[in-house]
Amino acid sequence: MNGPSNLRAELRADLAAIAEMIPNGARVLDVGCGDGALLEHLVRTKKVDGRGIELSQQNVNACVARGLAVVQGDADSDLAEYPDQVFDFVILSQTIQATEKPSQVLEHMLRIGRQAVISLPNFGHWRVRLALLFGGRMPRTRALGYNWYDTPNIHLCTIADFVDLVRENGAVIDRALALKGDSVAGDVRPDSWGPNFAAQGAIFLLRKN
Amino acid sequence: MTETANPRFLRPLSAPGADAGKAVNFGPDKPLMLDCGRTLSPFSIAYMTYGTLNAAKSNAILICHALTGDQFVASEHPVTGKPGWWTMMVGPGRPIDTDRFFVICANVIGGCMGSTGPAEIDPSTGKPYALDFPLVTVRDMVRAQAMLLDALGIETLLAVVGGSMGGMQALQWAASFPTRVRAVVPIACAARHSAQNIAFHEVGRQAIMADPDWKGGDYQSHGTRPSKGLAVARMAAHITYLSEAALQRKFGRNLQNREALSFQFTPDFQIESYLHHQGATFVDRFDANSYLYITRAMDYFDLAEDYAGHLADAFRDSPNRFCIISFTSDWLFPTAENKRIAHALNAVAAKVSFVEIKTDKGHDSFLLDEPEMFDTVRGFLNAVASADGLA
Repeated sequence: MNGPSNLRAELRADLAAIAEMIPNGARVLDVGCGDGALLEHLVRTKKVDGRGIELSQQNVNACVARGLAVVQGDADSDLAEYPDQVFDFVILSQTIQATEKPSQVLEHMLRIGRQAVISLPNFGHWRVRLALLFGGRMPRTRALGYNWYDTPNIHLCTIADFVDLVRENGAVIDRALALKGDSVAGDVRPDSWGPNFAAQGAIFLLRKN
Repeated sequence: MTETANPRFLRPLSAPGADAGKAVNFGPDKPLMLDCGRTLSPFSIAYMTYGTLNAAKSNAILICHALTGDQFVASEHPVTGKPGWWTMMVGPGRPIDTDRFFVICANVIGGCMGSTGPAEIDPSTGKPYALDFPLVTVRDMVRAQAMLLDALGIETLLAVVGGSMGGMQALQWAASFPTRVRAVVPIACAARHSAQNIAFHEVGRQAIMADPDWKGGDYQSHGTRPSKGLAVARMAAHITYLSEAALQRKFGRNLQNREALSFQFTPDFQIESYLHHQGATFVDRFDANSYLYITRAMDYFDLAEDYAGHLADAFRDSPNRFCIISFTSDWLFPTAENKRIAHALNAVAAKVSFVEIKTDKGHDSFLLDEPEMFDTVRGFLNAVASADGLA
């Protein structure tokens, strides 16, 4: 369980960057909302109408005790229940690589919300590439710290891979931000070679074309 | 319409000093329209209140009781002398904080703790209603509660909270009067009574009706009481409120006041004497016909049926906030049934929270010391109250 929310000094940098994309009063669904840090921040500072879905029951209970509207569920099976276009933003933070069917999850997000915000770790980062090239073993990095046999990240991809998936789903990228270490490196051109090599992760703002 | 200081109780009071609450008596000008097509008039609703209604009348919370509960949610029971049935949840500083909120709890229509039920006198015959009492439904119970609120001058509730059959009433409130309530907290319940649950109720009813002292329901006129049948009904029902794990943990195969098996049919095992005790104390405070009527009301409950089988339609465009709570070891109203409600609410993009609490205490968990349930209700109500501008 997490401590009282007022003890949480500040929002993680990638979550803060996502929060900046959300306008005041928006209707937001945070899929995989964890302990509710982002959702609570949005409800408090942006007065959003916020909901969450979270896999871990312990996290759900903590969120609800903090007054957040959160249900236990997972992105793969529960997004299908939601009606079309009822949210302004559907957020999926650092979770798409752990879903069973990322393409279907993306499709549902773009159906439920007018826009989707997705952040993900970049498997194309140079450290990952070097680790595999010279180590000859599945890379373990700070962002992806699991062994191959116990990782929940069953669908890792590079930024370039994800951009392809977005286009296959008929969506457009409104913004792309590169993540480096614990900070946000700013807007990048998602289909250029650079970020796919240099960024440890990325945040995408998407909408249906 | 009149209000009386004390409801009329069927059973002698063992705690005559306890606050017996009040009753609103609805006269011929205010009949209760029932789902069965009949009307009930005159009728009374007995209730208790705790805390103070604020000037804006915006801090009222209605608590709905379960099958064998009553209005004495947070104070000494005048008939049994026992503490209220939900004192850990309701009271000063509790999750439903009576220092902050005005709490109302009413005995359901068909009950036997002062609200009109089958044991009351039918004014048209001068005799107890017995089986002439009309069948009531969960929706009828809620309709009567809404009339009580009208009588108390309360237009809008901050929340409706209830467990088990109380949760059914909370759901019915959301469906019937969505604009008269802000938040809805159904705990350990379902949007429909399952075949298994109807089956258990039927066992209980048959036990009552098989008791020769039941006299076709007319036992009051005969000066008898079907205590044996009602006790068996309670014993069978009580098993469904617990879990196999909790029974094993509490009783196992332990023997009661003996070193060895008796080779007789007297209670050898602790679980047997526990159930006997549950049955015996229950008949002292509950009316057998009321038990028949209220179990039937639960059996008839299927919220989706009123909406052509689409549960989500019961909550379409709902302005309410929902907090659904289930318990892992509750096999009477399992998590799957509670989740079905959450799914229906998601389907209409209603504002819903859903919490499942890990415990081995079965369905009765909602009445017990479950800190996670208290934290959930406290946090949820705080959020609702602050969204509503309540201090």
